[in-house]
Amino acid sequence: METFQHDVLIVGGGGAGLRAAIAIARDHPDVGVGVISKVYPMRSHTVAAEGGAAAVISPTDSLDDHAYDTISGSDWLADQDAVEILVENASKELLQLEHWGCPWSREPDGRISVRPFGGMKLERTWYAADKTGFHLLHTLFQTSLKYDAINRYDEWFVTSLIVADGRCQGVTAIEIRTGEMHPIGARSVILCTGGAGRVYPFTTNGNIKTGDGMALAYRAGVPLKDMEFVQYHPTGLPGTGILITEAARGEGGILVNKEGRRYLQNYDLGQPLDINDPNHPQKQTMELGPRDRLSQAFIKEREAGRTFEGPDGDYVHLDIRHLGEREIDRKIPMVRELAVRYVGIDPVHKPIPVRTVVHYMMGGIDTDTNGATSLPGLFAAGECACVSVNGANRLGSNSLTEILVFGARAASVAVDQAGQVPPPSNQLLTTSARSQEMKLKATLLHPNGGSDTVSGIRTALQETLEEGAGIFRDGATLERTCASIAQLQDRYEKLSLVDTSRTFNTDLVAALELGAMLEIGEAIAHSALARTESRGSHQRTDHPDRDDDGFLRHSLAFRGEGDPTIEYKEVTVTRWPPSERVYGRA
Amino acid sequence: MPEQTVLEVYRYLPDEETEPRFQSYEITYRDSWVVLDALDHIKTEIDPTLSFRWSCRMGVCGSCGMTVNGEPKLTCETFIRDYNTETIKIEPLAHFPVIRDLVINMQDFMEKLPTVSPWLITDEDKPLEAGEYLQTPAQMARYKRFSMCINCMLCYSACPVYGLNSLFTGPAALALAERYNLDSRDEGTQERSDVVTAHDGIWRCTYVGECTKVCPKDVDPAGAIQMLKLSYALDWAKSLVLPGRGR
Ligand SMILES: Cc1cc2nc3c(=O)[nH]c(=O)nc-3n(C[C@H](O)[C@H](O)[C@H](O)COP(=O)(O)OP(=O)(O)OC[C@H]3O[C@@H](n4cnc5c(N)ncnc54)[C@H](O)[C@@H]3O)c2cc1C
Ligand code: FES
Repeated sequence: METFQHDVLIVGGGGAGLRAAIAIARDHPDVGVGVISKVYPMRSHTVAAEGGAAAVISPTDSLDDHAYDTISGSDWLADQDAVEILVENASKELLQLEHWGCPWSREPDGRISVRPFGGMKLERTWYAADKTGFHLLHTLFQTSLKYDAINRYDEWFVTSLIVADGRCQGVTAIEIRTGEMHPIGARSVILCTGGAGRVYPFTTNGNIKTGDGMALAYRAGVPLKDMEFVQYHPTGLPGTGILITEAARGEGGILVNKEGRRYLQNYDLGQPLDINDPNHPQKQTMELGPRDRLSQAFIKEREAGRTFEGPDGDYVHLDIRHLGEREIDRKIPMVRELAVRYVGIDPVHKPIPVRTVVHYMMGGIDTDTNGATSLPGLFAAGECACVSVNGANRLGSNSLTEILVFGARAASVAVDQAGQVPPPSNQLLTTSARSQEMKLKATLLHPNGGSDTVSGIRTALQETLEEGAGIFRDGATLERTCASIAQLQDRYEKLSLVDTSRTFNTDLVAALELGAMLEIGEAIAHSALARTESRGSHQRTDHPDRDDDGFLRHSLAFRGEGDPTIEYKEVTVTRWPPSERVYGRA
Repeated sequence: MPEQTVLEVYRYLPDEETEPRFQSYEITYRDSWVVLDALDHIKTEIDPTLSFRWSCRMGVCGSCGMTVNGEPKLTCETFIRDYNTETIKIEPLAHFPVIRDLVINMQDFMEKLPTVSPWLITDEDKPLEAGEYLQTPAQMARYKRFSMCINCMLCYSACPVYGLNSLFTGPAALALAERYNLDSRDEGTQERSDVVTAHDGIWRCTYVGECTKVCPKDVDPAGAIQMLKLSYALDWAKSLVLPGRGR
């Protein structure tokens, strides 16, 4: 077994991980940095982001407005100090990307162009047509190639954190190509492992978004924060769950039910403005309301029988025909490409069928505003972390900004801390990897004649989460979901794989991912059961009101022997006391 | 409407077998299925030992390139309904070593990519306070197409030159070099010239154009290589007339 060592080790080669790596290589050339990723970095799911990244640049905009929109969008659950850091550093980070070559869309005079986005009072979303994440990730990846100091471990799968003397000292990981387990030691570890949308059956998230990093931290005793807040996006394609970006509505697209009515007007999101009115689309109203409210409206419409029925479930229409072919091709070409290819509909001529789809985890590894967790030596940034800037509902286009701002920030603190501790001993590293290897051989890779499969348990987990912890939840269904997850965990304990080979064993990778997904599912369901109020994306039909006295607090799920324990932590309020969220009302 | 077909899939399990073989799977598929859906169906319902890469399922991550009935394809964008052959043959991308089943070893590309310096090169660092580099939509349009590469490796798999000589820098990497050369913010054309015009760089390309034909993102690497040839030939000619020129 080979052992490896770096001062700082970054787990994840998506936007957050690569931004952190470049920050270290550029600003601290003497610090050794490793980046480990279960896929080649440019395959990371940041690549799929479409709509854009938010940062104030227009002279009529202000940091306070961006902060306020984010906080009210979060239903006051975001930490306001974290939000202030986000908005203050946002434009600096996006400009940095521009200086590295990101092809942000431009105005005729060559300046950066911005578009409106849901829940944002003004145009402040920077975009690269509707492949923003793709360009952002490839710009970061290509820029990272400039730095020889960045040591990459591509297609290595992290299986555990090495914790000794009360701090994180590295990871164990399987090199997928050979199947060999290796330890990689580090004085600081930054988790940038992304989200976990795959725990639900219908999601915009790629196959790799299985919450591994959250589970690594959770197993090491670090709490997962606000896991009950799961964002459903209102406009996914039926069948595949492929996202039709919010930019389609930002550019003027409208949502219509089967009666031809712009139904959002029934849900306290303001009154529709004529599509030919020069002020359409009107910011923060109707189709440009926040995602939680729009997704909830879809469910109500369905209950009222006003959605279309299709072979892949109920849907409504997203109509962008009035934008015309030229604007569609210029500003949202991918929307057209995706709709034509995957549902056979050209949005220039026909409305696009769309339905709600799991999209984003507001919750994640509990960190402070520097990305530090409660475990010394362990940091987290990006979608796997909960800083928290998203609270109970993330505003679209804040996440790409978040991964850059907090990726860079966590990197600099991780470097500082790395300088204060000795490197891990070789003995610690080898024993850690050996024990992981033995565990694998005794469990997943040990044939025991059982008939359970990865996909069997995974499908059951996805279904029970959707049933119990979907857009609307209640105590009874959540209790059932908690119980069935416990049973699935028992089944997982006994799971053994048919494929016990070592070379590029994707069934083994999927099984390890499933282990993580079960932990995430458990944390989501138990946190949702404990929060007996409704806030943002967490809507309890048995507790329909927001309860600031009881729950203006972050939930913290700690892993236990059986069920997790749920504790709470105060929300940081700096300048914006909680009030009502108002969209579309004067 | 569910329909039946047979997928003939290339299998290679180096832990157990020395030679690759084909394995047939009979499947019932829906009209909306892409080839990748069928493979995932096989993996989850029939045979968990089948290995292949995928993630986004929306044609943007570049993971799922394979050879489908002899042609390199992104399998998440390739519909089963478009094949009316009795069986559909799925193989790994050509011209790469196979790690296992449909998984190729693309380390060669990963090592070549940095050699063309695919990042913005400027003579001086512009401070962030100075704001953005101005770039008009027309200036962006010059390089935009070449910036759309998802590194899916279909072009390498289609390129006959690369098939014969894997030292060739290859279509995707060269297209990215041209992407930066054409960017109005970039000043690195000269710096890239050594690698781009080296023995195994642009001059190896015989302009067969297969890369452009198979590119799922309309990048036109063949066009990029032609443009590189032209501009470096012009630079070279100018350097003869005006010695000492160049950055
Ligand atoms: C379809 C879609 C569209 C979106 N559009 C937008 C948008 O327009 N604007 C916006 O702001 N946000 C958008 N988002 C959200 C945003 O893209 C993500 O939240 C963000 O990109 C996450 O970045 P990340 O770096 O945290 O994680 P990722 O990019 O997901 O990267 C995670 C990394 O961790 C690695 N990893 C994970 N587990 C392991 C392991 N066990 N071992 C080794 N490595 C591991 C992976 O290989 C990967 O490199 C969108 C999301 C989706 C799904
Ligand atoms: S799965 Fe991402 S391109 Fe096909």
